[in-house]
Amino acid sequence: MADAGSLINWSLLALEPPGWGGVMLAGLWQSLQIAVGGYGLGLILGTGGAMGKLYGGPVAKDLLEVYTTLVRAVPELVLILILYYAGTDVLNQLSALVGFGPVDISGLAAGIFVIGVVQGAYSTEVLRGAIKAVPAGQIEAARAYGMSPVQIMRRITLPAMLPHAIPGLSNLWLIATKDTALLAVVGFSELTLVTRQAAGSTKAYLLFFCAAGVLYLMITLVSNVLIGFIERHYRRGMVEPVR
Amino acid sequence: MSDETVAAMALTELPTRKSFFKPHRIVLMAIAAILVFCIVWFMRWDWVPKYSGRLAYGVGVTLLMLFVTSVLGFLLAVPIGLVQVTGPWPLKLLARSFCTVIRGTPLLLQLWLLYYGLGSLFPQFPEIRNSFLWPYLREAWPYGVAALTLSFAAYEGEVMRGAFAGVPAGELEAARAYGMSRFTAFRRIWLPRAVHRALPTLNGETVLQLKATPLVATITVIDVYAVISKVRQETYITYEPLLLLALIYLCLTAILVVAFRYFERRIPTRGA
Repeated sequence: MADAGSLINWSLLALEPPGWGGVMLAGLWQSLQIAVGGYGLGLILGTGGAMGKLYGGPVAKDLLEVYTTLVRAVPELVLILILYYAGTDVLNQLSALVGFGPVDISGLAAGIFVIGVVQGAYSTEVLRGAIKAVPAGQIEAARAYGMSPVQIMRRITLPAMLPHAIPGLSNLWLIATKDTALLAVVGFSELTLVTRQAAGSTKAYLLFFCAAGVLYLMITLVSNVLIGFIERHYRRGMVEPVR
Repeated sequence: MSDETVAAMALTELPTRKSFFKPHRIVLMAIAAILVFCIVWFMRWDWVPKYSGRLAYGVGVTLLMLFVTSVLGFLLAVPIGLVQVTGPWPLKLLARSFCTVIRGTPLLLQLWLLYYGLGSLFPQFPEIRNSFLWPYLREAWPYGVAALTLSFAAYEGEVMRGAFAGVPAGELEAARAYGMSRFTAFRRIWLPRAVHRALPTLNGETVLQLKATPLVATITVIDVYAVISKVRQETYITYEPLLLLALIYLCLTAILVVAFRYFERRIPTRGA
């Protein structure tokens, strides 16, 4: 029967084995690792993609357009399934071809790869917009000084575009942390799946899902504070946007 | 989420017809055609006719979910946005914390919280078991609709807040000067202008909502994703159903984008 006192059994959240707190924190750690790894991989892919889309040849431009279009039009859940199975399959067949036999791919690496590929398409678009916001005259001036493309990138484009890119990139970070939850569907034991297992075996569904919600919310709120610092640092000397 | 991020995450622009055919494109298209031919010819597609009826049903459920939750979510988003601009502070605080909580946690978790959490709580109350709602509350889809609606309302509420705040004050003052009541001014000026401002972002949010619908398959709602999962379980085919699923979502996204562009063109704007 519904009795307020018996509904909430806080000892279930204890860190030691009868409680599930430790397991959930381990899941949170896995989620964070995937989010950081996937976001980093996405940034690398996105920088390359944005460069290719803006300065690449016609073929590179078109192929990148296909990549970003496909990823942005298909649900993340479907992409994660395709990439998860296809990625591990291709890697296994490659290693069989070379003669190593089947390799054991850790769920962590597969998760980072999957989130990274999805994030790469989004950050390509964000970074492309930010680079286009850099006044063309500044890049022309750098070229007139005789800088190489890499030098222009390092000295002018990257620092000048960062203030424009940070709002979009920080949103992508928050999306990356939430997208890790989708890996629960392919059976990777990150926070959401661990929570479901804990809830299923103790029947305290509301307690565990709310606890996981609080953990995710903590990630978001802490990230927001850090993003605020970063944004203020990189926007120094710029005109405040009109609100 | 800012407008640029929505645009970056959801496809809202389709390639234009002009200057589409260039020499390198023809080569690329030939390669793509060969690839498609290989996929059609060398992979197994014999299961498609058998499941076509169920697939069509699944697409219908997905579209129904998308439509219902977007409309309900938008109706909820208007007051959420409005309250954050002009409301008294308790309502403002409530709306803002609602947006923060929903946008700060994964949708999958919210879905499971509603379905497993509330779903396990409701049967403990005899009042709910005996009410007329109980036959619906035993199904999965009300929880899916609720979670998707709340999520859409939170994201769109933030957009509507910006849109309401962005309508020039002079227009509202002009409406008041004409002697319109506050409600009439809201109905005739403030809401239409805000919706117009929010329309491009609304397009992106709707595409994002379409991309969120497959999550309801994890709580046993039979949408197109669930049908494809069933195919994969029954036939042991790994990739082909997933490729078809990706194609289906690609087409649905394209249809959504075209439909929204049509509506955006219908609204007269002062050309610059």
